Amino acid sequence: MGEEVDVGCARPTGGPVGETGAASDEETKNESKERTEMIKIGKKVPDFVAPAYHQGKFVSVKLSEYLGKWVLLCFYPGDFTFV
Amino acid sequence: MSIDSVFVHKMWDEHELSKMVKGGIPFPMLSDAGGKVGIVYGVYDDDAGVETRGRFIIDPEGILRGYEVLTPPVGRNVSETFRQIQAFQLVRNSKDTEATPSGWKPGKPTLKPGPDLVGKVWEAWKTDMAFD
Repeated sequence: MGEEVDVGCARPTGGPVGETGAASDEETKNESKERTEMIKIGKKVPDFVAPAYHQGKFVSVKLSEYLGKWVLLCFYPGDFTFV
Repeated sequence: MSIDSVFVHKMWDEHELSKMVKGGIPFPMLSDAGGKVGIVYGVYDDDAGVETRGRFIIDPEGILRGYEVLTPPVGRNVSETFRQIQAFQLVRNSKDTEATPSGWKPGKPTLKPGPDLVGKVWEAWKTDMAFD
C-alpha cells in the first residue's frame, strides 16, 4: 500500500511511469504519444502511479508495488454513477 | 479508478458506498484526472471525457491475464470475474500442466493438454459442461 500524502488545494494527479513515459523532452508531444506503450494480453502491464482514497486516508498508489499479488484493476465512468 | 478526484471518492464512499458495504470500500479508490492512465489502458473515452467500464486481471508477475471493457450503461458480472481469477490461479498453481475448458468453475474437471488429449477432448469434455 502506498504512503499517505499531504493534500493541498491543487487536485493531485498521477500517470504512467517507467518505460511508458520514456520520451525525452526534446520530442514533440505527437511523437511521444505514438511511443506510448499500450496494453497487450499476456504481456506485462504498463506501470502507473495514482493518488487514491483508501479507508479515510489520501495515499499514493503505484501498481508495481503490488507485484507478487493478484490485482483486479477496474475503471468506471464516474463517482455517483448508477450502474 | 475514475477521472474523479480523491476528494470526490471520499464523499462517494462516505455518503453512498458505505451504505452498501459496511465500513466503506476496503480497497484503494484511484484517481486518474485527465485519463492519463486510462488512455494507456485503452479505456478513456475522449468524447465523453470519462473512463469506460474496463476490468483488468493482472497476475503476481504483472502480466495481463484478461480484460473486459463495457460501455457505461451495462454493469459487470463480478462472479464471472472471480471465476476467471480462480481459473488463472489454478492454471498457475499447476505450472501450466492443467487448463480450464469452457464453462469451467471450481469443482469441475480441468483438461491436461498434451499428446494424449489430441482428438480426445470430446471424451473428457461434454457440451453441457459449457453451462452451469
